Amino acid sequence: MISFTDVTKVYPDGTTAVGGLTLEAPTGQITVFVGPSGCGKTTSLRMINRMIEPTSGVIAIDGRDTGSMNPTELRRGIGYVIQSGGLFPHRTIVENVMTVPLLLGWDKNKARATAMELLERVGLSTSLAKRYPNQLSGGQQQRVGVARALASDPPIMLMDEPFSAVDPIVRDQLQDEFLRLQNELGKTIVFVTHDIDEAVKLGDQVAVLRVGGTLAQLATPDRLLADPYDDFVADFLGRDRGYRGLAFASAPALAIEPETSVRLGATPQEALAAAAGRDWLLVVDDDGAPVGWVEPRKLREPVSRGFLHRGGTVARQGGSLRAALDAALSSPARRGVLVDDAGRLVGTVQARDVLTEIERGPQVSAPAEERIEDTP
Amino acid sequence: MTWFLDHVGQVLTLFLTHIRLAVIPLVIGMVLALPLGWVARRFPLAYPPIITVTGLLYTIPSLALFVLMPLILGTGILSDTNIIVALSLYTVALLTRTVADGLAAVPDQVVQAATAMGIGPLRRFFTVELPLAVPVISAGLRVAAVSNVSIVSVAALLGIAQLGSLFTDGFARQFLDPIVVGIIACLLLAVLLDLLIIALTWVATPWLHGRRAA
Repeated sequence: MISFTDVTKVYPDGTTAVGGLTLEAPTGQITVFVGPSGCGKTTSLRMINRMIEPTSGVIAIDGRDTGSMNPTELRRGIGYVIQSGGLFPHRTIVENVMTVPLLLGWDKNKARATAMELLERVGLSTSLAKRYPNQLSGGQQQRVGVARALASDPPIMLMDEPFSAVDPIVRDQLQDEFLRLQNELGKTIVFVTHDIDEAVKLGDQVAVLRVGGTLAQLATPDRLLADPYDDFVADFLGRDRGYRGLAFASAPALAIEPETSVRLGATPQEALAAAAGRDWLLVVDDDGAPVGWVEPRKLREPVSRGFLHRGGTVARQGGSLRAALDAALSSPARRGVLVDDAGRLVGTVQARDVLTEIERGPQVSAPAEERIEDTP
Repeated sequence: MTWFLDHVGQVLTLFLTHIRLAVIPLVIGMVLALPLGWVARRFPLAYPPIITVTGLLYTIPSLALFVLMPLILGTGILSDTNIIVALSLYTVALLTRTVADGLAAVPDQVVQAATAMGIGPLRRFFTVELPLAVPVISAGLRVAAVSNVSIVSVAALLGIAQLGSLFTDGFARQFLDPIVVGIIACLLLAVLLDLLIIALTWVATPWLHGRRAA
């Protein structure tokens, strides 16, 4: 556990970066610091490994005051990931990952073996090991950054906007993999971002900071969305809070209806018969995975991928209410497609059934008055 | 041409002396410029005075510096040490700024990451900052190398034998051949040193040309 006790950072010119921060980052969990520019989130992060020294207050790791530790030793025991990975351009990928183990005096072969293993673990081919960072894409570099931070298996990881320099699709992918990795590793992580969506997605708990470095609210993401402490937090969370809050509510008892489907290659006659008078018919591939919708009445030749309407999203059975609702709303048939863990069709669900479920369930979202604002 | 063929041995001796007088100060100057450049980069307040003073060094006429050296060092007027010390000063003058700017060009993210991983300042300088500053420092080194080759020849006026002696010799005898040979030899030396520095830089910066590490 990392604990901040009344920590402040005041710069010589009088600027207060952090103004009396008290909070705890529990062991084995992801604590996200989020807030606008100037809220002291990065400063707070860097005070943990003493890249920046606090002006007053105590930061302790498992009860030990970091101020009493040797900064270099302290840092070697804490993984650190920054934007764009901060990789050493003049070292190969594997050399980058081996950095801390070698500093700790590991045998070179052991360090190399560990590094190779970690590259695979973060989803990189070991064939990249001897390349230089500038020969990798931004997303790949970011993965190397994570592997490097994990190399000596430190119990604590500090992550400073690690995913903000990559494009949205890659970012989403990196976030998912990061969560999967954390599930296996259970590190104590402090994660800094300015992106509230990222904070809500990744955090076990989210600390919203105000300009001047004070804590506005510390809560789990669903609590944060459901019950923002004040206008600042509500504004920072932005719109669609009720809808976004559904991401944290699952729907075990959702009314799922069976959905008749045809396989790719079905003839127009087969499709018309299967549709039984309905306008839209779901198409699955040979594995039973939904691939899109067709309008049987407009079919003149066997169903192929080119004819498919692909607007509908697909939700996992037992997943969040948000995904189920979105599947229903985005489907041209207004029937949301649900799949099992293997991606095979389970059935469909209608928006009104999801809404019924939402109203029946615990009140997760308490949408206050809708604010019309542009939160930067 | 006949003059050159008749004096190959002598020209070669002068050439080798010229190399020694130009290269030793280059190395000494480089070694001295590293800490100075580091200090200038590390402490913003130190940058202006260090860069100004080293810059001014370069404006002292070389002949004056050569003549002053024996007085300051207590060496004989014909001692090589005078030339080596004076040229080392010029090299420091040229390279201190280059080193400081080269270090400043190292991405801040990389330095931060190194610090955060527990790489101490000294180790960080030699294993991260300096290697990454090589391309910039190398550019400065090339200028300093050519400058040294050129300035060494002035020492011929004091009677210290090297390629410059061919100029004084040719001038005294109103004879063009040694002068032409001297110019060609100086150019050749400058080009050789330049190529050498380019080659060393290439070897020291494998990441810039996609070469895989062994």
